Amino acid sequence: MKVAQENYHEKLSMSPIIRAKNLTKIFGDLVAVDNISFKVYPGECFGILGPNGAGKTSTIRMLYGLSPMTSGTLDVFGLDVTKNARAIKSRLGVCHQENNLDPDLTVKQNLEVFSRYFNMSPRAAQVQAESLLKFMALDHRKDARVTELSGGMMRRLVLARALLNAPELLILDEPTTGLDPQSRHQVWERLGELKAKGLSILISTHNMDEASRLCDRLIIMDHGGILVEGKPFELIRQYVGHDIIEVLEPSQTLRAFVQSRNMEHEDLGHRLIINTEDGNALFREISNEYCQEGCIMRMATLEDVFLKLTGRELRK
Amino acid sequence: MRFLRVWERNLIVYRQNWKISFVPPLLEPFFYLVAFGVGLSALVGNVSYQGSEISYMIFIAPALLAINIMNNAFFENTYASFVRMYYQKTFDAMMATPLTLEEIITGEIVWGATKSVIATSIMLGVISLFGLIRYPEGLLIIPLAVIGGIAFGSIGMIFTAIVANIELFNLPVFLFITPMFLFSGTFFPIENLPAWAQHIAILLPLTHMVNLTRSLSLGIVDMSLLPGFCYFVISCIVFFPLAIHKMHRRLIK
Repeated sequence: MKVAQENYHEKLSMSPIIRAKNLTKIFGDLVAVDNISFKVYPGECFGILGPNGAGKTSTIRMLYGLSPMTSGTLDVFGLDVTKNARAIKSRLGVCHQENNLDPDLTVKQNLEVFSRYFNMSPRAAQVQAESLLKFMALDHRKDARVTELSGGMMRRLVLARALLNAPELLILDEPTTGLDPQSRHQVWERLGELKAKGLSILISTHNMDEASRLCDRLIIMDHGGILVEGKPFELIRQYVGHDIIEVLEPSQTLRAFVQSRNMEHEDLGHRLIINTEDGNALFREISNEYCQEGCIMRMATLEDVFLKLTGRELRK
Repeated sequence: MRFLRVWERNLIVYRQNWKISFVPPLLEPFFYLVAFGVGLSALVGNVSYQGSEISYMIFIAPALLAINIMNNAFFENTYASFVRMYYQKTFDAMMATPLTLEEIITGEIVWGATKSVIATSIMLGVISLFGLIRYPEGLLIIPLAVIGGIAFGSIGMIFTAIVANIELFNLPVFLFITPMFLFSGTFFPIENLPAWAQHIAILLPLTHMVNLTRSLSLGIVDMSLLPGFCYFVISCIVFFPLAIHKMHRRLIK
């Protein structure tokens, strides 16, 4: 499957916008990133998922040159990160996890001052700032102090800031974590518009909904390595099937029934999760005979894949 | 030259608060000169300095300038830089842009020196109203503030790179800055100190800065300025790269 994908891309002679090969990062005794290899192609949205401590942040930091790699090769835009950091960063946009905006400056000043770090002229900085403020619906707050903004607005401002240099690749670290639904959907819409214009996106997130909506392909990391790689819907089909039936407080008879039919399931004590390809008939059977209330059917999601592959134990 | 972009950011923020920033260098000399000059002068009388007798006010005025150069750069590159680096995460954001860490730290240190120059220029103006500075030699104090600012700022930046939290700045402030403020030939000649203390004082940067500002204020421009000047040139050459090295170790992992 993976080889076929690579050949497909090679045939279209698209050279990857990111190429990581045997990428490793070791901090003392800790192997944070363990010999991983992946490619991101122009125009796609690529996701990096994983539990806490999986190595996502370390990988991302190596991408924009903040953290030097221990071994391996990493090319962005076909350039080696160890040698061409400046050239790479001028074509890159980074939307950090923290809102590291400048509290001493207004909304518009934050953008104008930041543009100058890319050596944009003051005039260009002003024009870009105004255009991005409109794009992110922040125009009406352009003279506000950053500290007066709501969480959603701050996030949109960080995203606007990442776009100042009209990057070819946008790196997003938890872009919508903690946002209200309206802000989240607005951010997704903006990202969708940017992607349609050709922007390549690399996103790291815990929000599985976000990952399955936005990502064309993704990897799930754990303990520094890549567990799986693929398209969201293919991973879902491959690992958890099509439908999920969840039963609260399952009875022993239900458990016996599930086992007798050799159904793929997960027994969490107070909850029973059943994976199946076609849930309709099964759901009717279960809800009629084994539980009056407390059972639902839903489609399998990326979160189910994630939890199946990385387990339900708490991390770090 | 991209460090100028970082410097520019600090300047834009400073300009918003310039009215407040101008107050200390305007008022401080008044307070000290009135308290020590008017208050203590009568008790102290004249001070013997390099063979001649000078009034106590003339003796301490240049020390106020030297202290100002030190404090502005040092506190800007400790507390203010630390807040930017650690609490606001401004440096993290900058490092995702084409700026290098070297450029960021250079911009910060040059900004610290800029604050020294601005504050010193204002203070020089105020002190001159008291007629305590000889011109044109006194004007050389302004370029001196540049090199002094870079040296003291670099030292401050080294502490910013190594302290775990902001409270730890108390250590260099109380073990280094405050003793210098009192004992570097500022409010009394170091010859009044016991011999062992004089040996220590000679090693301290503020002692040399005070000597330089005092000489310039008295209109003395000759080879006697050379050792002090070399001290600061060497300090810059040593501490500036060291500050960058330490910050590298802190931020790039």
